[in-house]
Amino acid sequence: MRRISKVLLFVLALSPVAWLAWGLLHGTLGANPAETIQLQTGRWALKFLLVTLAVTPVRRVTGWNVVIQYRRMLGLFAFFYASLHFTSYIVLDQFFDWNAMFRDIPKRPFILMGTLAFLLLTPLAITSTKGWIRRLGRRWQTLHRLIYLAACCAIVHFAWKVKVIVGDPVIYAVILAALLGFRAIWFLRKRNARPRRAVPQSA
Amino acid sequence: MLIRKGTDIKSSDITDEPCYLRRREFIQLATGAMIGALAAGTAEAQTPLPNIAKHTVTTDEKVNSFQEITSYNNYYEFGIGKNDPQRYAGKLTTSPWTVKIDGACAKPADYHLEDLIKPFELEERIYRHRCVEAWSMVIPWVGIPLASVVKRAEPTSKATFVEFTTVLRPKEMPGLASGGLNWPYTEGLRMDEAMHPLTLLAVGLYGNTLMNQNGAPIRLVIPWKYGFKGAKSIVRIRFVEKMPRTSWVEQNPDWYGFYSNVNPNVSPVRWDQSREKRLPGLFATRKTLMFNGYADQVQSMYAGMDLKRYY
Repeated sequence: MRRISKVLLFVLALSPVAWLAWGLLHGTLGANPAETIQLQTGRWALKFLLVTLAVTPVRRVTGWNVVIQYRRMLGLFAFFYASLHFTSYIVLDQFFDWNAMFRDIPKRPFILMGTLAFLLLTPLAITSTKGWIRRLGRRWQTLHRLIYLAACCAIVHFAWKVKVIVGDPVIYAVILAALLGFRAIWFLRKRNARPRRAVPQSA
Repeated sequence: MLIRKGTDIKSSDITDEPCYLRRREFIQLATGAMIGALAAGTAEAQTPLPNIAKHTVTTDEKVNSFQEITSYNNYYEFGIGKNDPQRYAGKLTTSPWTVKIDGACAKPADYHLEDLIKPFELEERIYRHRCVEAWSMVIPWVGIPLASVVKRAEPTSKATFVEFTTVLRPKEMPGLASGGLNWPYTEGLRMDEAMHPLTLLAVGLYGNTLMNQNGAPIRLVIPWKYGFKGAKSIVRIRFVEKMPRTSWVEQNPDWYGFYSNVNPNVSPVRWDQSREKRLPGLFATRKTLMFNGYADQVQSMYAGMDLKRYY
């Protein structure tokens, strides 16, 4: 049952890229197919990031511990779409002109933010294996908190990209704020719930 | 030796090139008519423009298809998606249409669109179109030189700039509700730019009247500037003394300048302007030309100007 649901999720998560590939071959991606590819891979990277970040709150609120089993796959799909998105920048926008890219990335704040988000996600993808989880021990969780920062960079990247900030960037930002806010509240409540240690008196 | 004989094709069987090139348009019109019949009133049909006197082709590059030109537009009054204008612009009523010409001129007047155009000969102009978003197309516009309209209004010596205003109709323009820009959309040109023979008041595309998503019934086309300078669905042309405020400059002065001449050497903040993507191509590998390739005709207007500063 768990196997089947994982395979199902895997196939479902690949459907956006299948749709793009089909559209590219059949010319249904509009007058600017490269832009469609770029926008869609970026959006799906963000969507998977947000879904990954929703796993823990959903688990805490509903008590469905089973959802945690899908977290790694969701996170890796976020990285998968982010990689496609970044590749589209290298290939479609810059066509492997590395010099131009090194000039372009620091000069355009929104590209810098996007690159930063991608760089932050990379070590998380690499250390997502069982071997790395074991090797890193408690540090693994600390390292993987980088996803909060990566998600923030990705949202800023999205908002700085558009000409007028209305609609989708705002919606994504609100969802991220809610997901991070949930964690902040959870953290504070847990801390306050802990019995306070008596302040040692110097006598 | 075998010499192959060409198959006999009667000349009447061959579709002539202009007709062939417009095949998509035919299909579009046919489907448009069908949709129009189904949902009467929503789909705005194009009317053929007779008596196009002159044809000027400024590039030997391939002209973009009707489908491309009318399905990928920036017209934020109808939404920020590239496809939104095609989807929602049908609601805009473009007839009757009045253009107010006023400000520093001897003959201010409110013109019916027909009367504004009638005294002049319609011309087809095939221009390169370069968007500030670093994509480009080649578009067969039909229109009249803006200079003709300006001259008829007899601007006074105080008229140093011309301001253009786009129609503002919240009921017909769903994009206005979500905000974003300071409406109505306003653009401007310096007087010499307005008088330049390349500057066109377009009323048609591919030999027919404009589609609403392209700025029907009348819009500005300035081929050496980024596309957003070409105000769409114009309702007012005003002669002014001071440089007019323009919508995009107000929105983000770091990204957009008043002049907005196509310039591969100046790339303010958002886009790298050194290259462009010719749609529907995938790669942004085409080198952008100074003044979009119209440098010979226009650069003298900017002699001595620091184009890095006045972008």
